[in-house]
Amino acid sequence: MNSAESITTTPHHAPVQPIGSAGEALAHESAVLHVTGSASYIDDLPELRRTLHAAIGLATAAHARVQSINLDAVRAAPGVVAVLTADDIPGLNDFGPVVHDDPIFATSEVQFHGQALFAVLAEDMHAARAAARLAQVEYEALPAVLSVDDALEAGTRVLPDVSLRQGEVDGALAKAAHRLSGTVRHGGQDHFYLETHIAYAIPQEDNTMKVYASSQHPGEVQLQVAHALGVDAKDVVVECRRMGGGFGGKESQPGQIAAIAAIGALRTGRPVKLRLDRDDDMILTGKRHDFRIDWEAGFDDDGRLAAVRFRQSTRAGYSADLTGAIADRAMFHADNAYYLPAVAIDSHRCKTHTVSNTAFRGFGGPQGMFGIEEVIDNIARHLGRDPLEIRKLNYYGVDERNTTHYGQRIEDNVLAPMTTELEASCQYASRRAAIRQWNASSPVIKRGIALTPVKFGISFTATHLNQAGALLHVYTDGTVMLNHGGTEMGQGLFTKVAQVVARELQIDIDRIRVTASDTARVPNASATAASSGADLNGKAAQDAARKIKARLTEFAAAKFGCREDQVEFLPNRIRAGNTELSFAELAHAAWMGRVSLSATGYYRTPRIAYDRHTLSGRPFYYYAYGAACSEVAIDTLTGESRVLRTDILHDVGHSLNPAIDLGQVEGGFIQGMGWLTMEELWWDDKGRLRTHAPSTYKIPAVSDLPPVFNVRLWERGINSEDSIFRSKAVGEPPFMLALSVWHAIKDAIAAAGDYRLTPQLNAPATPEEILRSLDALRAHLASEAAAA
Amino acid sequence: MNSAEIHFLLDGRDVRIRDLAPTTTVLNWLREHEARTGTKEGCAEGDCGACTVVIAEARNGSLRWRAVNACIQLLPTLHGKALFTVESLRTAHGVLHPAQQAMVESHGSQCGFCTPGFVMSLFGLYQSQAAPDKQSIADTLSGNLCRCTGYRPILDAAQAMYHLPAPESSLPAPVWRADKDPAAARLLARLEAIEHDDTTLMLSHTRGDGTLTRFIAPRTLEAFATQLLEHPQATILAGSTDVGLWITKQFRALPVLLYLGRVRELARIELSADTLEIGAAVTLEDAFDHILPHYPELTELWRRFASRPIRNAGTLCGNIANGSPIGDSMPALIAIGAEVVLQRGKQQRQLPLEALYLGYQQKDLTPGEFVRAVRIPLHSQSNGESLIRAWKVSKRHDQDISAVFAGLAITHEDGIITHARLAFGGMAATPRRAVLTEASLIGRPFDAAALADAHHALTQDFQPLSDMRASADYRMRVAQNLLTRLQLDMTGVTTRLDTLEVTDELG
Repeated sequence: MNSAESITTTPHHAPVQPIGSAGEALAHESAVLHVTGSASYIDDLPELRRTLHAAIGLATAAHARVQSINLDAVRAAPGVVAVLTADDIPGLNDFGPVVHDDPIFATSEVQFHGQALFAVLAEDMHAARAAARLAQVEYEALPAVLSVDDALEAGTRVLPDVSLRQGEVDGALAKAAHRLSGTVRHGGQDHFYLETHIAYAIPQEDNTMKVYASSQHPGEVQLQVAHALGVDAKDVVVECRRMGGGFGGKESQPGQIAAIAAIGALRTGRPVKLRLDRDDDMILTGKRHDFRIDWEAGFDDDGRLAAVRFRQSTRAGYSADLTGAIADRAMFHADNAYYLPAVAIDSHRCKTHTVSNTAFRGFGGPQGMFGIEEVIDNIARHLGRDPLEIRKLNYYGVDERNTTHYGQRIEDNVLAPMTTELEASCQYASRRAAIRQWNASSPVIKRGIALTPVKFGISFTATHLNQAGALLHVYTDGTVMLNHGGTEMGQGLFTKVAQVVARELQIDIDRIRVTASDTARVPNASATAASSGADLNGKAAQDAARKIKARLTEFAAAKFGCREDQVEFLPNRIRAGNTELSFAELAHAAWMGRVSLSATGYYRTPRIAYDRHTLSGRPFYYYAYGAACSEVAIDTLTGESRVLRTDILHDVGHSLNPAIDLGQVEGGFIQGMGWLTMEELWWDDKGRLRTHAPSTYKIPAVSDLPPVFNVRLWERGINSEDSIFRSKAVGEPPFMLALSVWHAIKDAIAAAGDYRLTPQLNAPATPEEILRSLDALRAHLASEAAAA
Repeated sequence: MNSAEIHFLLDGRDVRIRDLAPTTTVLNWLREHEARTGTKEGCAEGDCGACTVVIAEARNGSLRWRAVNACIQLLPTLHGKALFTVESLRTAHGVLHPAQQAMVESHGSQCGFCTPGFVMSLFGLYQSQAAPDKQSIADTLSGNLCRCTGYRPILDAAQAMYHLPAPESSLPAPVWRADKDPAAARLLARLEAIEHDDTTLMLSHTRGDGTLTRFIAPRTLEAFATQLLEHPQATILAGSTDVGLWITKQFRALPVLLYLGRVRELARIELSADTLEIGAAVTLEDAFDHILPHYPELTELWRRFASRPIRNAGTLCGNIANGSPIGDSMPALIAIGAEVVLQRGKQQRQLPLEALYLGYQQKDLTPGEFVRAVRIPLHSQSNGESLIRAWKVSKRHDQDISAVFAGLAITHEDGIITHARLAFGGMAATPRRAVLTEASLIGRPFDAAALADAHHALTQDFQPLSDMRASADYRMRVAQNLLTRLQLDMTGVTTRLDTLEVTDELG
């Protein structure tokens, strides 16, 4: 080290924080790459010589015995190099993440229309896809169970029923001043990540395999590929730099795609790329679980709940996949923000001959909350009260009425002040009154308004998943390689974790390179899911950074002759006693001094414990909160609807990055709005999904953005738990803010009946469904009038 | 005279291609042949916009910029044009284009996969329009789906890009600054030079297995008509917004593609005293540009017709010739009494548009005959006050296929309906008039009794189908309710959702 240059005693007027430190509204780490088209997704990687392209042959029966399968025409098609069936799998024909009931290729029995039967490997993608259609398969049809109702009748399940009981429900219902019951349904949802599933498998020496997979869970893909190939975890490396969206759809599903590519690579000795086209992606891979919810509620004259009973029946599809945990979370969120003195929930995980449903942002939470919000809305309309009043009356208390139906005491409830603030800022009361007045003189167009809360539990309910690892290298020029087990799907995780390290090491963010998620760098990582990415990986990276910082501190104290508490990390510089030098100089000096500049970090979430047999305990580390108020208009002639205005207040604690968090809140809300309004999955009576492309499956487009859209992060937000810099998870909770749109639509429908009747509406609220609900309401009014 | 070479410009570079399957899409050529992977495939059917690129072409002595979907555009259709992709925008010194810089600053990308498409739609807007309002911006982005952001930051970027400094770039200046820009003039001259004569572009390609595909792109109407007589089974290609899917999704063999996009006479829009004639090669966007001043009632049809990139590529006559029962233009055009001009060899004939459709996917076209133009009358033939409406009902506002489309035109004198042309899409195997319903209304006031009769007559006119877009019951119910809305409109009662004013406070 050149001491003349580096050692100085001049006071240094540094900024408070280095550039891009945690808390700053920094642009996404790949923003410039995104806008220039130079961010590499797996299909953009340079193709290796002799790369083959794969396509999957899909079954064309919902439930059938395969009598014969003739692939001669497939094999003979131009460009085809090989065809893979279950017989070509050296290891296990299974990619089930929890229960082993997901064959990579169906064999004797087909369990849904679109299930994978075989794969074609060809010299180009077009040839592979064209050939995949040439199979001749003879089926012997078996009875197909397609819907939840079919499954309830047939008694088919993928997993045993689960019940949760808290308090004396029967007694409380019997004693309640009022009782209501009903049935409500909501649909599923396709993830519609813009990048479809893809894997690129490259055979390596000695029967090892490198797989690039668009996956939220590379560690699981590694195991699934290893099992399929009949090798060990050590023989497979899975890497993912970024996904073009995930939303839960790339949590358990990528294993099948990666396994097929890897089997093909093993069989042919050539690199194999399998990229699903949009239709195949939508037909073959799982979606959000749709639910039928039967409910019964007892309440007093004020609308305060005494007891509630739910029967939650969900369409799992043909296999278990993650249904167990999803249905559990639906039970945990059957309260949303409300104290339930007595509750009984029966959860049916129905087996159907449809695609196996899977994780999707909220993971059962939106489904559970959909049920209780229906109950609250019905109570309010039954009593002729403002639904918001009934909501607030039933909110969890702070010091009392604060224990959930699964026994967790809520210690951080901020919903009351958030609701008050939002009610004021959006002028809920005066607008509600004005809307009612406006509706009275508008016969065709009706407006509606609703303000709904969100409380969402943060942590994987499977406790063991709440752990994370990180790997951090400091190079001799003072730059940093950061790696962790989380994956980047657009949510800004890589940006946030880099910001954590920037703050911890007090270096500018451009000194840090975040590298691709890679099973060889950080092992056994959990899926990037359950909103936990920044919480877990941020803490793990912080742990790694602190280890290095401690070593550098010890080294600097020794080298510059001061106490360790006199070593201070300033932005991009270190002060050790009277000496100040750059971080780069210190790094180089430490290396010269034979100090290890590489560290792993590790984190496990504290304070969580939960018994999955009794469904009780403390499954969640903390809760995230939000509230939204939406105003809509509907056309009572066509059933069309439009969101006119939405106001949102959402709690992210001390934000790690307000720009990214705002993006998550807005994007989650719009996605939730899509789920509840226009996104309709439609199967025909043969079990064929007929909405398998954007021409038929409509996610929100640009004109669906509310013209007035006021979204704010709650300024007073702070995590009461010791989360990473007191921030809160933000991936999933905002999704459920869209329930405000749903209830505003119901309010507008109610206006068509002068607010005397409770609308019956199932999601999604397509124009057809809204018109059906309106017509039912009008028919009821007409029969009343006739009777009078 | 024939030429067997596709010649276009990419980033100012001459690209000349000879031996390539003419069904190769622009997207696949970029990604697979050029390893130019910024442009993404999201759906391969022109519905998501991840593949959006921008094309510049010479039009009446100036440059014209259009964003289109690369996934369904065939490479030979680029002949004589200039292609720009997301890689084209950054300057040689690495400075971002305002469309890119604004997206970064507005936090307009999350996963980034749709981003190149949005950037190119914004670039297309930037090149064509100086100060777009919010509605123009939404129209521009109607064909780009984003699953992450919820669009707000992208809309912010669309406004912010105009406030950023224009970079020192080799890109031609936008049209609103092009008069001072030598690069724009140079590009125009080069494009005009490629298309300087009447050479027919003739491509043929034999695949490994011996399959022959031909692509024929004449420059004159005479050559086009002759080629179609010679190849009556040829697939006529215009904007390829439907034919593109036959290739990418259906893997159909298309041995002969006859492209009409280069035919000069078919690109014409002719306005006479009482008709507007729109040639077969005129894009939907250009066609509506000329129709809307005469029929402002069709604004909703235009705005909700597919998306901007699809309207920039697809043609009005293509929609007509395709004759899908759920095509949006026909019910409206039938209602206002449009006619089609058909040509076979040198012979022409004219038909009322509704007479073109004989049954599902069946048209009154003989082999070798094609739709040359559509003729739109500019004035109602009858006296009295006329009311024209074109209403679309679908699950989504932007870029959706109609469950029901109604094109409604009635004339009334002293409160009595004298003429009615009521055409519907989505209600039958073809776009069709509701003749019984029309008859039930004529000669009487549009009162409650007439409406009830019309509702009933509609059930005699149509027996719609159930599918993923809507059930038969809903289709019938909505069609009836649109007649109700028409009646209400006559009395000035309704407000439309689209025009509902959004204010922070209701008055």
